[in-house]
Amino acid sequence: MPEKTLMSPEDIERALVRVAHEIVERNKGAAYVVLVGMQTRGVPLARRLAVAIQSLEGIAIPAGSLDIGLYRDDLSSLDLKPVIQRTDVPTDITGKQVVLVDDVFYTGRSIRAAMDALMDLGRPESIQLAVLVDRGHRELPIRADYVGKNIPTSRNEEIKVYVEEVDGEDKVTILTPDREVTDESD
Amino acid sequence: MMSPSLLIGGGRFLDPSQGMDKVGDLLITDGKIAWVGDQGTASPQPDSCTLDATGLIVCPGFIDLHCHLREPGFEDKETISTGTRAAARGGFTTVCCMPNTNPPLDNQASIDYVKKTAQVAGTVRVLPIGCVTKGRQGKELTEMSELAEMGAIGFSDDGDSVASSRIMCLAMDYGRALDLPIIDHCEDKELANGGLMNEGWVSTRLGLKGIPAAAEEIIVARDLALAQLTSARLHIAHVSTRGSVELIRRAKEKGIAVTAEATPHHLTLSEERVMGWQAGKNDQLTYDTNAKVNPPLRSEEDIAALIEGLRDGVIDIIATDHAPHTLVDKMCEFGFAAFGISGFETALGCLMGLVHSGELDLVTLVSKLTSEPARIIGSKYGELGTLKPGCQADVTLFDPDKEWVVSSQGFLSKGKNTPFDGYEFKGKVMATIVAGETVYQDDSLVIEKK
Amino acid sequence: MKVTESGPSTAIPETFPPPSTDKWQHRHVLDLDDFTREEIELVFEIADAMTEVLTRDVKRVPTLRGKTIVTMFYEPSTRTRASFELAAKNLSADTVSLDASKSSVVKGESLIDSLRTIQALGADVIVMRHSESGAPYLATQYVNSSIINGGDGWHAHPSQALLDLYTVRHHLGELAGLKMVIVGDIMHSRVARSNIWGMTTMGAEVMLCAPPTLFPRGLAGFISRCRLPNVRVESRIESALEGADVVMMLRLQRERQQTGLLPSLREYIQRYQLTLERLSLAKPYALVLHPGPMNEGVEIGPEVAHGPQSVIEEQVSNGVAIRMALLYLIAGGKSR
Repeated sequence: MPEKTLMSPEDIERALVRVAHEIVERNKGAAYVVLVGMQTRGVPLARRLAVAIQSLEGIAIPAGSLDIGLYRDDLSSLDLKPVIQRTDVPTDITGKQVVLVDDVFYTGRSIRAAMDALMDLGRPESIQLAVLVDRGHRELPIRADYVGKNIPTSRNEEIKVYVEEVDGEDKVTILTPDREVTDESD
Repeated sequence: MMSPSLLIGGGRFLDPSQGMDKVGDLLITDGKIAWVGDQGTASPQPDSCTLDATGLIVCPGFIDLHCHLREPGFEDKETISTGTRAAARGGFTTVCCMPNTNPPLDNQASIDYVKKTAQVAGTVRVLPIGCVTKGRQGKELTEMSELAEMGAIGFSDDGDSVASSRIMCLAMDYGRALDLPIIDHCEDKELANGGLMNEGWVSTRLGLKGIPAAAEEIIVARDLALAQLTSARLHIAHVSTRGSVELIRRAKEKGIAVTAEATPHHLTLSEERVMGWQAGKNDQLTYDTNAKVNPPLRSEEDIAALIEGLRDGVIDIIATDHAPHTLVDKMCEFGFAAFGISGFETALGCLMGLVHSGELDLVTLVSKLTSEPARIIGSKYGELGTLKPGCQADVTLFDPDKEWVVSSQGFLSKGKNTPFDGYEFKGKVMATIVAGETVYQDDSLVIEKK
Repeated sequence: MKVTESGPSTAIPETFPPPSTDKWQHRHVLDLDDFTREEIELVFEIADAMTEVLTRDVKRVPTLRGKTIVTMFYEPSTRTRASFELAAKNLSADTVSLDASKSSVVKGESLIDSLRTIQALGADVIVMRHSESGAPYLATQYVNSSIINGGDGWHAHPSQALLDLYTVRHHLGELAGLKMVIVGDIMHSRVARSNIWGMTTMGAEVMLCAPPTLFPRGLAGFISRCRLPNVRVESRIESALEGADVVMMLRLQRERQQTGLLPSLREYIQRYQLTLERLSLAKPYALVLHPGPMNEGVEIGPEVAHGPQSVIEEQVSNGVAIRMALLYLIAGGKSR
């Protein structure tokens, strides 16, 4: 199964910087922005965005983590329960502009669960969504506000995001399954 | 009913009472052993049946000195009819039933009831045991000579020991005059204190109150001292600990008239069986009420001592302590479950394991089930446990190598409570003959009529 | 995540990448004897997440919505039952609580019949407490629901042992190598037994201390047959407490004196009560635990029970998080 690189470390860096700019522009500054990264790879991405925004605006903005394991809609059909990792939003989100950060945006179900979780943590003024990759195939009426790269895919393809803090390198790849091999005896 | 004559040919005839161990033929006529001899030398009658016993062991019918038939009073657990049918399937031709029935067998009428019911509905010979004390209360002796006259072959308050040493001493004095054994279930109830299994590492692991070995040994020691004092006949029921074996050994060396029995389950299963461990398999932890029995299954060291006791004669006989219970009695929390194992139908298969592993030789095993119990019962009710010509034709045939799987659902006993369910045994009863009549035969056995 | 002070290294590292729950092999939680170290750490991991939920204003997540959790307590209990019920409610499960001492048991219904009825009513998980050792094992043979053992006779109390270890871990970090002392009626204590399994699995040293009549006679055999490493036994509390990192006091039931196991409460108090003076024999930051309810003035002096080294109240709050974690691991996922 060939794995093809679609984004190099530099591509990722540029995309994050651009998204940081867009966040600051849309929210007219960063004073009330809270970044919340979705476990697992959204968390380091959120931290990087926070660093980028700090170098633009000169202020430190909070970057937290959110695990949606307790809010999934598909728990009943799973044999293995996901391990629940850290949810740590270091500030009160009521009245703030919360920007959810995730690596891949696909069906939208994770974001739906994340919004439920955020509502249990407080009453944000708005919830926005920043994703590194949007691969399409939405199953719910949810959209991303900030997109690093649009990568149209078919359902049987897989997008893999590698981040340095988790995987030891930065890249985005796509895995396309081989076509069916017929049994030919030659 | 006149039994047809039966010729059993070609089997290995094992009769410890005569020191016989040879391949030969046996002829049964009119319910009695007519003739035993070398193969091919019998002269059968024209209308006799033949049974080809090639590959089988043919021995006197097994005698069980200790079982519970539950009738009268507990017919939901077992009746004399169902119990004796199960006994026949286990190769037993004579069983001695314990008197902890309801009403207990502490009076002539109750003993008579058991005898008459056995005559009508019983499949094998039933010899009752009378109570030592009235109502098994441990306070007043029963009319022991009346009970003996009615047919009791011994006395016991089984289920309990006779707690008072004074009463036990009196019972022994009385029993000596009748030349009948006092059979004691040795258990110091205060020390046992509501225990549920052997006190040891397993009871600690399972969080269950334990019955220490000393609870048995204390009463064994007491009874042996009283036996010495009174010169009475003492029989120790279901010995389970090495301490007891040692006490009995020393008593016999001193010439005290004590006999002792061990059960098939105490000879083969340890306390670990409660946790649900079968030999070689580590199943998930369970609390198996089918392994709940009194006296409890003990340690490996105790089992080794019991087997040693069988070999050197300290343990005279093997008795099943067949104790059937209903499903409701056993299918509950361990602490609430009844004590007891339904043992008739697994006895031989279980014991043959000891023979196949070399721990016990076949002749010794057969003697513990035939000639030795017969010696304790005496000859008042006929000469039992022997194939001597002229004696009642109580014969058991078994295949020492036949492999079979225990299925409690297939038991003839009402009691399906066995720890051996699913076990693979090697050694099976193929036919049981009582007074010349075949009361049990395995499906694969053929008796040809001429 | 708060990093608590006191004692040796305490920071709990962030887990990158996440441990997977395929290490979780349990359909039931009956005792800690078959829990691996990884499984115990997994429970702690999930309990950490549940602790975070418990800090919120709205202590509720929708995780077990639609699941039914029945608590069936044949023995009276306030804290354990309430703890399980709160845990279930916090996960949005439906709860039903049966006080079996009052209901059909009195009418003579057997345990198995009661369980079958509950299963037929749709219980996904049954949390059971029973006075007979082995009752939950019987239950697993007759019903399909998952069973969590809330305490059976003298035998096991796995959720208690887990919360005890979790509490220690919060304060003292790595459990391996810690000296943990359990003092009291070891013979009748399911808390002690489950903790022995848990502590030895996590690599701690265990010291058991009790008057001679309250040690099970088969204890030495049990330790050697089950190959439990680092379990020692001591009759004098002063010797037992030396250098202890953790002191766990067990409740002494008054019946023990009444049934003759102890000559008097007074002598027990003289010889075995945890006083400040005795506690000073342990390490300076040693933790004091108690499964509750306490008999203040009997096994534990009030000044110790409410003193700075006591984490007894924390045990209770940790209990909810641990039980939420267990319910999540048992009940989340396919209904059977």
